[in-house]
Amino acid sequence: MMTDERGGRPMAEMDVFSVVGPVMVGPSSSHTAGAVRIGRMARAVAGARVRRAEVVLHGSFADTYRGHGTDRAIVAGLLGLETDDPRVREALSIARRSGLDVSFRLADLGNVHPNTAKVILTADDGRTTEVTGSSIGGGAIRIVAIDGYEVSLSGEYHTLVTVHQDRPGVVARVSDVIARAGLNIAFMRVSRRGRRAEAMMTIELDDEIPSWVTSEVGSIQAIRRAFAVPRI
Amino acid sequence: MLSAPSISELVARAEADGKPLSEVILELETAASERGRDEIWEGMRAALRTMREAAERGTRSSVRSMGGLVEGCGRRVNALRLRGESILGEPMTSVVAKALAVAEVNAAMGRVVACPTAGSCGVVPGVILGLGGEQASEDDLVRALFTAAGVGYVIAQRATVSGAEGGCQAECGAASAMAAAAAVEIAGGSPRQAADAVAIALKSFLGLVCDPVAGLVEVPCIKRNASAAAVALVAAEMALAGIESVIPADEVIDAMGEIGRRLPLELRETARGGLAATPTGRLIAARFRADE
Repeated sequence: MMTDERGGRPMAEMDVFSVVGPVMVGPSSSHTAGAVRIGRMARAVAGARVRRAEVVLHGSFADTYRGHGTDRAIVAGLLGLETDDPRVREALSIARRSGLDVSFRLADLGNVHPNTAKVILTADDGRTTEVTGSSIGGGAIRIVAIDGYEVSLSGEYHTLVTVHQDRPGVVARVSDVIARAGLNIAFMRVSRRGRRAEAMMTIELDDEIPSWVTSEVGSIQAIRRAFAVPRI
Repeated sequence: MLSAPSISELVARAEADGKPLSEVILELETAASERGRDEIWEGMRAALRTMREAAERGTRSSVRSMGGLVEGCGRRVNALRLRGESILGEPMTSVVAKALAVAEVNAAMGRVVACPTAGSCGVVPGVILGLGGEQASEDDLVRALFTAAGVGYVIAQRATVSGAEGGCQAECGAASAMAAAAAVEIAGGSPRQAADAVAIALKSFLGLVCDPVAGLVEVPCIKRNASAAAVALVAAEMALAGIESVIPADEVIDAMGEIGRRLPLELRETARGGLAATPTGRLIAARFRADE
C-alpha cells in the first residue's frame, strides 16, 4: 500500500466507509464488534457443531465486559451472528435455547493485548478446540493462538490450517497443491512444539479454498489434519 | 513521497470544477474503490437509513444503556421540544435530541453506524437529521454524509480518530468537524465555508481528553455527543456568516494530532484519569467490579 510522508494513506485511496461505518451493534468497535469477530473465528476454526464453550476474558475485556456486552458479543460470534445483528444483545439466551452451554472465567492470559479472550470449544463429538484472539482496534482482530500453537490470523483471508509432523519437505508439498489450485498466498506461518515434533502451518489466501485442496493437503504423509477457515 | 490528504486539496478541487465537496469526495471514492458509483451511493444511503432508525428509536422511547448509567436523554430533550419549552429552538433542539438518541442506542447495544467511531456515532446523524430532516431531500442528506466522510478521512490520515491515540478531541472533536462541514453543505454554503466550519468546530475541542467512567461508552460520552453536535451547528453558522478561521483547517487537524500524541496515557481511554478517577467515577467503577 502507498503511504504519504506521515505514514497515512494518500487522497487517492479515499475510503469513505472506513469513516462512516461499519454498521454495527454498539457500544464499542473494539469491545463489541471485535469480540463478535473473535467468536466467529473460533466457530470457523472448530468447524463442527459446538455444544460447550468456555470463554476466558483478559485485561480490559475482563474489566469491562458487562458494560460493553463483550460476553454476549463473543457468544453471538460463536452462534454465527454478524457484527450488525440486533440479536447480539440476546446472544446468551439464544445460546441457552439452542443447546450451547456457555461459561465465563476472568484470568490473566499473560503478555497479550489488553483486549484478549481465549475460547475453548467442545464439539458434539467431544473434540476440543482452543482459540485465543485479540481485538486490536476499530473492530479488527488477530487470532494469536490455536490449540496452543502461535498463529497470527486477521480473519480477512481464507485460511488453510495444517497440523503435521515437523520434517523436511512438508511445506513444499503443501504449497505445491496450493500452486496447482491457482490460489494466491497472502501470508504464511509455521509454528512447532519442538524440533521434529508436531507443528501447525497457517496459510492465508486471497481466494476461497476448494474442498479438494483441503482433502489433498490432508492426505499428504506427515499431515495429521488439514482444515479450511473461511474469511469472516 | 506523496503529500498527505488535505482539506485544502478537497476545496481546491471543488472550486476548480465548480462542484460541491460531496461530489469531489464521491468521485475520489469511485476512482479508489472496486465498487461503482451507484453501489457506493447506495452504501451511504443505507448508512443514513440506519442512522435515522437509531435517532427515531432514541427520541420516541426511553433507551437505557448497558451499564445503566444513562437513560432516556434523547426522549427527554425531544419531549421538551414537543412541549414548546426548548430554550434553543429549531433546529438546534432537534440536533441535540437526535445526537443523544443515537449515542444512547449505541450504549444500549443497538444498531448504529460508527461515525467516525461508535463512541461518537451520534454527532453526525444528530446534525444531518436535525438540520435537514424535515426540509432537505434524502439525496441532500446522503451528499452531506459524503462530505462528512471526506473530512473524517483527512482527519484520520493526518491525525487520528481513535480516543486511545488522541483523546476525545479525536472522536467527538473529529465528528463535530465532519458534521460542521456537512451542515454548511446542507445550508448551501461554499466548500471554502465548509473548510472554515471544520477548523472552527475542531478548535473548540483541542485538548479534550477521553476519560470514560468505568471504561464504558456512557459517561461522559453520550452527553458529549450532544455538545459536539451543537458546536458543529455553531461553527457552521459562523462560517455561513462569512467568518473565517485564522488557522486553516489542515493546520488545526495537525495540531489536534500533535496534542493527542502529548496526552498522557491516563487520559486516553484507559479510564485511569479525569472523570474516571473522580470519587464518583471510582465508586461507579468499584460497583461494576463488585457485580462481576
